[in-house]
Amino acid sequence: MAEISYRDAVTRGIAQEMTRDPDVVFLGEDVAKPGGCFKATVGLYEQFGGVRVRDTPISEQAILGAAMGAAMTGLKPIAEIMFSDFIAVCFDYIANEFPKARYMSNGQTKCPLVVRTANGAGSRFGAQHSQSVENWCMMIPGLKVVAPSSPIDVIGLMAAAVRDPDPVIFFEHKSLYNSKGDVPDGEILDTLGTAKILRAGKDCTIVALALMVPRALEAAERLRIDHGIDCEVIDVRSLVPLDTKTILASVAKTHRLFTVEENPRLCGWGAEIVSIVADEAFYDLDGPPVRITTPHIPLPAADIMEDVVLPTPQRIMETIKRSLGA
Amino acid sequence: MVATANDRAPGPAGSGLNDDIGEDKRLALYRSQVRLRDSEQRAFDLFLQNLVKGTSHLSLGQEAIAAGFAEAMVKGDLSFCTYRGHAHTLARGVPVEKVLGELMQKDNGLMRGKGGSMHLTSEEHGVMGSYAIIGAHLPIACGAAWRAQYRGDKDVSVCFFGDGTTNIGAFHEALNFAAVWKLPVVFVCENNLYMEYTPIKDVIPIPQPAADRASAYGLERILIDGNDADIVYRTAQKAFARARAGEGPSLIECLTYRHSGHSRADPAKYRPEGELEEWKKHDPVKLYRERLKQFGVKEDVIAEIDASVRKEVDDATEACKAAPSPPLDIITTDVYADGGWAWRN
Repeated sequence: MAEISYRDAVTRGIAQEMTRDPDVVFLGEDVAKPGGCFKATVGLYEQFGGVRVRDTPISEQAILGAAMGAAMTGLKPIAEIMFSDFIAVCFDYIANEFPKARYMSNGQTKCPLVVRTANGAGSRFGAQHSQSVENWCMMIPGLKVVAPSSPIDVIGLMAAAVRDPDPVIFFEHKSLYNSKGDVPDGEILDTLGTAKILRAGKDCTIVALALMVPRALEAAERLRIDHGIDCEVIDVRSLVPLDTKTILASVAKTHRLFTVEENPRLCGWGAEIVSIVADEAFYDLDGPPVRITTPHIPLPAADIMEDVVLPTPQRIMETIKRSLGA
Repeated sequence: MVATANDRAPGPAGSGLNDDIGEDKRLALYRSQVRLRDSEQRAFDLFLQNLVKGTSHLSLGQEAIAAGFAEAMVKGDLSFCTYRGHAHTLARGVPVEKVLGELMQKDNGLMRGKGGSMHLTSEEHGVMGSYAIIGAHLPIACGAAWRAQYRGDKDVSVCFFGDGTTNIGAFHEALNFAAVWKLPVVFVCENNLYMEYTPIKDVIPIPQPAADRASAYGLERILIDGNDADIVYRTAQKAFARARAGEGPSLIECLTYRHSGHSRADPAKYRPEGELEEWKKHDPVKLYRERLKQFGVKEDVIAEIDASVRKEVDDATEACKAAPSPPLDIITTDVYADGGWAWRN
């Protein structure tokens, strides 16, 4: 057991899989010799060499297209898109190519690859380098979408994503790279499509993802101490497949649902979860489900503005307190 | 500058012809072109009878390119096609019935109606998909070539596209990427003079859309007569040898002309009067039939090929007309690798 950073967990997860399987290759902009824009892949080039860990031109379409062609013909590529906002310049592969090849070919074409990308706000980079865009990918049939919140989940879900036979979009959160957590020695392998109950509670269910998970946990602790409210906190981890069973079972127990989303309001992943709960667990609810999100605006760059628009532990706490009438 | 049929090597004494290709391959090139011509013409006829549904983009007039490249490929080489991909799919040996069945959206189609005419795929024949988003498959072909390079495999990835593709970003990203990584990929631009309805010359600042851009990627300028299957075949062989030797990609521009419109909805009224007729004098199938005669191939041999191809197309047509529609229970299969479509538990 050792305490490592979320950043180092990315390297360890990739290294674990590259050691296990010679078909795993890794490509992206500045990922090899420079070790990544966020230094999340330092040492992979030295450990596995320039044939398996390759720097590319600034060509996001070439990166994702090449990953797909390699995956179709037998390799298991991991491709990095430096900032998740840049998915917009290679969205054809995310939206039209990876997820539809198997279906359109009636099962002939395979596409086992991982796109890992730095998602989310907190770095004061402004509206084109700070977005949470996991919902851009969640809406496309044929993709799988994960977003870990802790070092151990980074390693375990990375391993699961690499071994998965479908295309997986793997969202790392920029503001979590420095966070730390205990990780056991040896191989770590998790399961896609499983949420984790990080804190058991009886008064309400808080569903969160990525950076919003530690914020939800902090809010839950303060609600307990200050107001005696006992929150259950679920880390969704995987948007597709979605572990609805864990969420529905929690709502059946607590009778209240809150989602905490970093994405802008419209069509955020929380809307889908609220819709499922409304459809299938309406009579379990004692009050309306509540979505806590970033407002529907482009993200401002300045620290005081960015801090105000993202859901904070304070806003989560106040919203829940008010909704529960405490 | 366009290469001519006999500028590569001397032919048999006194003939003025270059016989480096040999009779067996020459007959195969002819058979392939006739098969593509008859199949595409049949697809057009079936469309007029409302039996081909959805859209379709025919390669009538462009057969020498598909035939020439496919005949130069060996088993294991990979084809990446566009929505104008019927000819390239057939040329790798996919049965006519499988292609017509997909166009007619029947259960005997190549993908049982789940892909349609723009996405013909037959991996067992090396047809790694037909891509309908312009330019998307150039980077994908690079990836397949990267796998070959990584594993030391000797196959070549061959990527076909039209002149219009040379103006999209993915074209330039792929060319640069392939050249920098020295990938065993061959890019084939079929310049049929029209990007869709607009003449390609109206939307590029240079005379040739692909050949005149090769130098930007450190590649040789290659511009050939795409209606002469012998020239196409020889050019393909040379590019494939370069790729297999680890010397990197090639970009080949083939001049050609489509006899029909862009797609089934297009009567091609934008073409100047007489242009089609002028190009039909340089029809690849007609040209190649004359070539065979010049090489002394007997009329009855040619007639036998014509008849056997016609029979394959006729039989395929009847089989497709008789085939059932696909069952509705495959609507939700093969979304994910587990065979199903479940996105939740």
